[in-house]
Amino acid sequence: MYPFTYHRPDSLDEARARLAASEDGRPLAGGMSLMPTMRFRLASCADLVDLNAIEELAGIERRNGQIRIGAMTRHAAVAASPEVGEAIPALAALAASIGDVQVRNRGTIGGSICFADPAADYPAGVLGLGATVNTDRRAVAADDFFTGLYETALEDGELVTSVDFPIPERAGWAKLGNQASRFAVVAVMVSLAGGAARVAVTGARTHVFRAAEMEAALAANFAAEALDGIAMPSEGLNEDLHADRDYRAHLVGVMAKRAVRDALAR
Amino acid sequence: MERESISVTVNGRTYERAVEPRRLLSDFLRDDLRLTGTHVGCEHGVCGSCTVMMDGVTARSCLTFAVMADGAEIETIEGLGSADAMHPVQQAFWEKHGLQCGFCTPGMLMTAVELLKRNPDPSVDDIRDAISGNLCRCTGYQTIVDSIRHAAKLMREDGA
Repeated sequence: MYPFTYHRPDSLDEARARLAASEDGRPLAGGMSLMPTMRFRLASCADLVDLNAIEELAGIERRNGQIRIGAMTRHAAVAASPEVGEAIPALAALAASIGDVQVRNRGTIGGSICFADPAADYPAGVLGLGATVNTDRRAVAADDFFTGLYETALEDGELVTSVDFPIPERAGWAKLGNQASRFAVVAVMVSLAGGAARVAVTGARTHVFRAAEMEAALAANFAAEALDGIAMPSEGLNEDLHADRDYRAHLVGVMAKRAVRDALAR
Repeated sequence: MERESISVTVNGRTYERAVEPRRLLSDFLRDDLRLTGTHVGCEHGVCGSCTVMMDGVTARSCLTFAVMADGAEIETIEGLGSADAMHPVQQAFWEKHGLQCGFCTPGMLMTAVELLKRNPDPSVDDIRDAISGNLCRCTGYQTIVDSIRHAAKLMREDGA
């Protein structure tokens, strides 16, 4: 690993100042993705700004009909949260399905969505529930946040502070995880709110996306059968040793149906 | 590269050291403190053999910088028990042959301890889910699952 200077600010203001003062600064959240990447020398930075001591960035609260999750909230905390479990149980299920116990103890929602791994779970939760990503500068709609392979709408030095999840009428989560890593081969979050349906797919392309045709069908009839006959084109889908693109295309349909059944069973 | 002064409590004893920021907690424990019970397998967060407790919950010490543990309470396998006074989880692994080569065992035990703290009577599925981040290449996991079930029983009896 390349050397770096370490900073551990205890306030958001100090973290912002540290990042602004560095030519090559990088925030560190749970480290579950960034640290292996640094170990492989695929990532490096001059200044590593550890966000783990910033208490104001962690926590879960229900307010104004939404669930707000602080950026540094661990997956284990979301999975076990009574507020999330009551308002959006599918989101708690998503958090509980991430990685393994050790990853869930350290990994954070902010880290997950900022790293924007193509097979990460939270991007599907954020997009499928129509959440809003709050940063130290602005609020970004989920639809505008994920822009590419490991790419987000964040600007240099911009820090995610929390994510606001509107409480849907229904939401469901289904995932086929890699047997070893539990990263999504394909996973889907569906939701229904105010007559509109969302279907967000992760693991299948460079970054999370919505399946528009499925959404229209589910808005008309929120049932797994409504998805019968809707095929996902395999063109442009990811292909690796776990699944070729035809299989992934097939899985999108299967996971979407399972997610709808999950939503109806909650 | 400048070293950072840190103070880390490991198994109840506080150590003050100066470390490079890129020093991993796993290397800090093994090489700086000579606590070699924590094993290092894959070194990139996959195998779980380096699992320790950090402030009461399991963490992979190869995915933690030592500087991040400044002020933290770490528990390692050395703090769990001794050959003369084994922790019930160690006793159970002994009795049920929950290991062959033993490389994964320190991490497996720390993960099992955390599970049993949270869930004193776990099902086989609970156990398999809990140890999914700890790889064992010898046992096929059967005897490990048996050991953790047995440990749960020993601990429940102990508590009763």
